[in-house]
Amino acid sequence: MTTTTTRTATTAAGVGTNAVRPDGTLKVTGEFAFSSDLWMDGMVWGTTLRSPHPSARIVSVDTSAALKMPGVHAVLLADDVPGVNAVGLEHQDQPVLADGVVRYQGEPVALVAAEHPETARRAAGRIVVVYEALDAVTDARTALEPGSPLVQPGGNLVRHLRLRKGDADATAPVVATVDFEVGMQDQAFLGPESGLAVPAEDGGVDLYVATQWLHVDQAQVVRALGLPPEKVRLTLAGVGGAFGGREDLSMHVHACLLALHTGKPVKMSYSREESFFGHVHRHPASMQYSYGAERDGTLVFARAGLVFDGGAYASSTGAVVGNGGTMGIGPYRVPNVSVDSYGVYTNNPPCGAMRGFGCVQAAFAHEAVMDALADQLGMDRVDLRRLNGMREGDENITGQVIDSPAPVAELIERVRDMPLPPTPGAPSRDTDLRSMPGGVANTTHGEGVVRGIGYSVTYKNVGFSEGFDDYSTARVRLEVTAGEAVATVHTAAAEVGQGLVTVEQQICRTELGVDQVTVHPTDTTVGSGGSTSASRQTYVTGGAVKAACEAVRARVLALAADATGHAASDLLLRGGSVVDASSQDVVTTLAELVGDGAVEETVEWRHRPTKAIDPETGQGDAHVQFAFSAHRAVVDVDVELGLVKVVALDTAQDVGKAINPDAVLGQIQGGSAQGMGLALMEEVLVVDGTVRNPSFTDYLIPTILDVPPMRIELLENPDPFAPYGLRGVGEPPTVSSGPAVAAAVRQACGVALHRVPIRPEHITGTG
Amino acid sequence: MRITMTVNGEHREVDDVWEGESLLYALRERMGLPGSKNACEQGECGSCTVYLDGVLACACLVAAGQAQGREVVTVEGLAGTDELHPVQQAFVDAGAVQCGFCTPGLVVATHELLAREPRPSDPVVREALAGNLCRCTGYEKILDAVRLAAVRLEGVERP
Repeated sequence: MTTTTTRTATTAAGVGTNAVRPDGTLKVTGEFAFSSDLWMDGMVWGTTLRSPHPSARIVSVDTSAALKMPGVHAVLLADDVPGVNAVGLEHQDQPVLADGVVRYQGEPVALVAAEHPETARRAAGRIVVVYEALDAVTDARTALEPGSPLVQPGGNLVRHLRLRKGDADATAPVVATVDFEVGMQDQAFLGPESGLAVPAEDGGVDLYVATQWLHVDQAQVVRALGLPPEKVRLTLAGVGGAFGGREDLSMHVHACLLALHTGKPVKMSYSREESFFGHVHRHPASMQYSYGAERDGTLVFARAGLVFDGGAYASSTGAVVGNGGTMGIGPYRVPNVSVDSYGVYTNNPPCGAMRGFGCVQAAFAHEAVMDALADQLGMDRVDLRRLNGMREGDENITGQVIDSPAPVAELIERVRDMPLPPTPGAPSRDTDLRSMPGGVANTTHGEGVVRGIGYSVTYKNVGFSEGFDDYSTARVRLEVTAGEAVATVHTAAAEVGQGLVTVEQQICRTELGVDQVTVHPTDTTVGSGGSTSASRQTYVTGGAVKAACEAVRARVLALAADATGHAASDLLLRGGSVVDASSQDVVTTLAELVGDGAVEETVEWRHRPTKAIDPETGQGDAHVQFAFSAHRAVVDVDVELGLVKVVALDTAQDVGKAINPDAVLGQIQGGSAQGMGLALMEEVLVVDGTVRNPSFTDYLIPTILDVPPMRIELLENPDPFAPYGLRGVGEPPTVSSGPAVAAAVRQACGVALHRVPIRPEHITGTG
Repeated sequence: MRITMTVNGEHREVDDVWEGESLLYALRERMGLPGSKNACEQGECGSCTVYLDGVLACACLVAAGQAQGREVVTVEGLAGTDELHPVQQAFVDAGAVQCGFCTPGLVVATHELLAREPRPSDPVVREALAGNLCRCTGYEKILDAVRLAAVRLEGVERP
């Protein structure tokens, strides 16, 4: 938390405006350089050979036929990894290339570099790998049973979070119990994993790559290559979406290995099929929930068991277990709580970060059990949430006091009170098929179609939790160029599409009173910006940029005070001039103060520290900020065929302060669509450890025909501890939208529905 | 093999094309036109949408050799010398661009839609753009952009 006594001038396109994104024009003309667009003279193409087995021992590998192919420059195996053959976000448990054993289908085994990508693919096909298939562990619950084969040498448990608050044996007159399963969702960012590694004269490598956190990538690449950090330089290439799927490494080390081995620039770009194997997915979860209440609806206890299938490697499973455990009861006041949250290793595809992780899965269960409880109480579902919704000053289930606004009741009331879409007319030959479940497949004109309405209210922790040192670095430079004051902002924080670059410019404009702000290329020549995840960048990197601007401003005003005799606190910066705040007179100019020079400051900025939770009780101040949202979904369900049309998906969210209101709406619209996708259609189908649908033909994401209009209301209750009072906005909509859709379908078809994505046979009761 | 075609009004000739290469690969890797995108390369996402002899096509599904002697227009060919095409400007102004990977395909598809149907209703827009996946925006601001572009192309700005 920084404080400042100096004043800021008002500029156009500053904080709170709908400033236009600086990369928009390049993106509409096709000139923006995404990571798969990179090209360099003399470059060769890298490709990956992956395991077809979910669990196997590698008996032998013969690369001779591949190496003999014309145009092939290198074939690399585990022995060619010069440093430590292990990477990973929380645990370095994942080999760069499999060494003797493969633990999931799609695990990288060998690399090829060749002059044409097709040559590289064909050469990879000529590598002869003899596998001895082993028993695969493919069920997360049985993975924890005694006698299960071990996926990792230390056992199959990644993390168990035990949380106990109040009376573990509390009883209540009304109890609802729900079991719920969430399938494996894919981030399905459109820009495939890709980048360019360029060998450098100093024996190091320059890597241009699409990622969410350059510095954590750099640390892993350095270890694997066995090079000093200064010889591994990363620059952010254009990122085609992320949503968590770029937190783990993909082709980073592979491209560097091939570049260093061949002495040539190496480009790698995954196909869509490889992309499904090349990044982690959202954890499938199996959950048992039981909530008890007094007859007036007041919650007495909440009990939950959650098992997250982490797949073959840990990735961020520990943090997912943490969120599921500490946030998994929902934004409700509950005195007596018992939660056990587990993350396990299996031979399924590795799972890790995806937008809203841990909270997304739990929200389906806690909102289903709240609906069931309301029904048993004979109470309105919204009223039950209003009655029990968290308020400022309440303790959450880890004993942390909510010390900023928590408008749970208001959010759910707002979505309840929004106008409803028109009731559908009677079935008719004139019905617009595009408005019907099944759409232009012409499955109904309204016959058998039932409308349902569902509600949810949820919360998400913003930023990294449980004591993580969560900081960001910003370098801001102010100078006079061609007679105009220009600020340059340099961070290593990844723009992945969300609009961080716009926010950085807006903050500089507001804090420094300049119009022209240049965003420096994002790279590792400045300190870490932390991860573009956990809805944290506007908060943390925004906080760092603000602090760096304040430091620059303080220096300029101190210079001005010395030169003019005014008190620095009476001055403000505006458009390259130093102005007396009361008279608005210009007292000096930046040009007079610094001439051809510049004022530059680099600041490392931290939010309030969080704390580790007690390992026995799960109690502690684990989180820095909470972001609340509510959704109301309106659906039409063809109850005969089990098809769903989402008619409306309306939401209210407390964003603290909308730094760029249009961009905030964009986050909420996109995030809501992803939650809806998980509720209705998105699932990586894994059978016996094998992925059955690695393509956009078979893995369905919502199209413009699927996503309904969205009414959005923003609340701006400032968080007094956050820069400008803002709250993270990216994840909350993905947490609350899916459960509302599921609830609406449940209401329409009258079936309990115990898993998402909801399939037609769940609705019709035929499967 | 050698292939020749007209791309964005220019005669282009490229050598050493492997028979299995797609038009998308030839545009991106051989002609320096990476604006058409490679999100799925199986005709599902629409990010590589181009005009082929005036008809919309997924460049990933057309073999480079099939474009021999034909006319291709990509997203790079839509803007004027000094200003964006109104469809492009509308995407910027409406906030329809986030990561931008779907944007070139959507811009080309919208360009084609508004050329044949100047004031489409929302259901018509949704049906026309249903072959273009976007993962960031939830499509709301894409619809705004199409509506805005339609108005501007008629020369009448909505209030």
